[in-house]
Amino acid sequence: MTDNGDAQTEPLVTEDSPPGDRSSMDRIAGVGSSLRQALLVPALAVLTALIVGAIIIAATDLDTLPLWGTDPGEAFRQTMSGIGKAYKALFVGSVGSPRAISETLFAATPLILAGLAVAVGFQAGLFNIGVNGQMHIGGMVALWVGFSVTLPAIIHIPLAIAAAIMGGAIWGGISGVLKARTGAHEVITTIMLNFVALFMVDYLLKTSVFQAPGRNDPISQKVNASAQFPTLIGDFRLQIGFFFSLAAVAFVWWLMYRSTIGFEFRAVGYNPHGGRYAGMSVAWIYLGVMAVSGGLAGIAGTNQILGLEPYRGISNFAGTVGFDAIALALLGRSHPVGVLFAGILFGALRAGGREMQGAAGVPIDLVLVLQALIIVMIAAPRLVRAIYRIKTPDQELSTTVSTGWGG
Amino acid sequence: MAVTTSTDIVEKVRSTPEERRATAIGIVLVAIAAFVLWVFALGVDSSYVSTFNLSLPGDPDLTWAVSSQVLSFVVAAIIAFIGGWVLRRTHVKWTNLGLAIALTLFALAFLTWAAADKSFSLVGMLRSTVILSVPVTLGALTGLMCERVAIINIAIEGQLLTAAFVGTVAGSAWGIWAGLIGAMLTGAILGLVLAVLSIRYRIDQIIAGVVINIFALGLTSFLARRVLSVTPELNSPGRFSSHKIPLLGDIPVLGSMFFNHNMFVYGTYALVLILHFGFFYTRWGLRSRAVGEHPKAADTVGIDVYWTRYRNVVLGGLIAGFGGAFLTLAQVSRFEENLTAGIGYIGLAAMIFGRWMPFGALGAGLVFGFALTLQQKLGILGTPIPSEFLSMTPYLVTIIVVAGVVGRSRPPAADGQPYIKD
Repeated sequence: MTDNGDAQTEPLVTEDSPPGDRSSMDRIAGVGSSLRQALLVPALAVLTALIVGAIIIAATDLDTLPLWGTDPGEAFRQTMSGIGKAYKALFVGSVGSPRAISETLFAATPLILAGLAVAVGFQAGLFNIGVNGQMHIGGMVALWVGFSVTLPAIIHIPLAIAAAIMGGAIWGGISGVLKARTGAHEVITTIMLNFVALFMVDYLLKTSVFQAPGRNDPISQKVNASAQFPTLIGDFRLQIGFFFSLAAVAFVWWLMYRSTIGFEFRAVGYNPHGGRYAGMSVAWIYLGVMAVSGGLAGIAGTNQILGLEPYRGISNFAGTVGFDAIALALLGRSHPVGVLFAGILFGALRAGGREMQGAAGVPIDLVLVLQALIIVMIAAPRLVRAIYRIKTPDQELSTTVSTGWGG
Repeated sequence: MAVTTSTDIVEKVRSTPEERRATAIGIVLVAIAAFVLWVFALGVDSSYVSTFNLSLPGDPDLTWAVSSQVLSFVVAAIIAFIGGWVLRRTHVKWTNLGLAIALTLFALAFLTWAAADKSFSLVGMLRSTVILSVPVTLGALTGLMCERVAIINIAIEGQLLTAAFVGTVAGSAWGIWAGLIGAMLTGAILGLVLAVLSIRYRIDQIIAGVVINIFALGLTSFLARRVLSVTPELNSPGRFSSHKIPLLGDIPVLGSMFFNHNMFVYGTYALVLILHFGFFYTRWGLRSRAVGEHPKAADTVGIDVYWTRYRNVVLGGLIAGFGGAFLTLAQVSRFEENLTAGIGYIGLAAMIFGRWMPFGALGAGLVFGFALTLQQKLGILGTPIPSEFLSMTPYLVTIIVVAGVVGRSRPPAADGQPYIKD
């Protein structure tokens, strides 16, 4: 480990100072402003991202672009109607109907779980970019449990999830052990393990254990009905996995803020040298953090197999969830409840984005652009303040969670 | 690192870490020799002959036929000898050289085994290794430019992807040279964004890089679907053609391998030379390295830390843009969604594997290029090894490298830390 300096995410900062002295009075004022800031900055970030998105939609509207030369008024009208149509679809597809809300929460489920995985890492000063790989490994384990045994659902589903937690925890734990034993930076090892997991999935899906009978491509057998997550309402896709994600939010909140081990996680994240001085085993804590993070990712991976059609393993089934999770954890400021709301927002963007693609012909990839813009502005509050000329006491929130590649 | 325990200290008195590493590597080499003997030599029919084609179609025919078994016996013997030599620990400094020779021979034995009773174009494979190494090496050089001034650049992937996209569009609209310039400027602009975010706004550099990658993937996929899909004429830029270098290009094997390529390949060699000279023999390089190792000291002697960082990151972006242009103006001549598919990350790995040195980046690029080629070519030969395992190799190698098993690679001391001027 190199010197971690002031590296920290902020939830810690607001908590552990003794009440009563002058600095805590400042802090109370600070909490007030940071609460306002906690809502103001994300809101402005989302708004700005949507404005930039509108500009991108307008600039790529090939039908109206030539019109600007001949009839700017008409071109303006058509462009605005194009943007309006796209954003209306985004809105309608995410919250416009009971089915849309179901779709939003359905899409939010894996995002919340994966976001929690990244958030736990952030709080302990570790940057887990490997959620994607941990989802793949966890999901494959759950898949195997899902099709190889038949049990009552009440046993089968928890068993599959438990197995997936183990799988994800082991895969994440590798990076934790490497960091603790050799100092290998977790960013590098988790990125590399993502690729390894990706190819592992492709390989496993073509083995006789997993592959669907009669197929040559990488696709697995179907999960037994008893392991499929039951849906909640009628033919809506929302399934029980959403409650698992809520349970995970509660668990992470308890773990980080109410348990001794969570305190040690945060203490080491705040200052590893201090943690070591206080008698904590930093090596074990790195392993523990990566295992908890990987386990949460494993549940997210399970959701991608047992929670949606076709209930089979396919190539790269985790998709971009593991990377969206990084954005989410930042937006939620690494707090479990923040992650929950950020996850629902991103779920809404996904669900709405699909509608936008279908109804307005605007590719869903725009959602990625919006996400990237939101993170930049969350990670650099100074940027938002500069754009909107907000004057606040220059109390900088450092987002540095990593330093160097580590020896 | 874990706390140093008393047993560690005792261990240190007994032998240095290098010596202990030499022991470990010696044991591994002996195991590899046994593996070659067991699988590659005794695992093939003694009558099998591996035929290597050493010329490209159109050149004078040149083939090398060798008994698969005999070659593997020889290789096993040499690797065992090197392993024994490393284990004696008389020349610990040369351990890595022994390891490199042994692994090269292992690759040869492996190919011989894969090509047993078949014919195989060795030159074709080596040539493809060089071609596939180009974007990896350029990615590594980009990372090196940034990290030598202590800016971590995870955004190489996004820079390559966006540059490839702009290269395609500008190349289709105004010709391939315009495409090249457009691509390089795009790489530089994204480099500037990374620099502004990490130097001016002091965002965590890894977060900034991840953001740029997400943005690049989203924007290029969006534009590919919304614009390129309806205007295919903007997605066929044509390619830079190959030019054989006189004399050098006529050398058998090596000529086809290194000296009969398009200008991107030559440009990569030139860049490696320039950067090596620049970093280690010029004032610019000394200042850059000072900023990367100890920015405060550099500031004290009057070097402008921020300016040095901005300049290097933007120059690195030009290199990434050059690499992106290679992807769509030389390798293939059209853009597809997520065309880079992780090459930028392999480049990052190659930078670490090459120990933040330009020649190291080139060497690591070739190793990874070889691994990438293997997975393409072995499918044709029909070996029993699943191609997925070959695909994993570069990433596993990187983990082994960063874990310090193949020697400690040490990043610039201030890598990743924002500098706050007092």
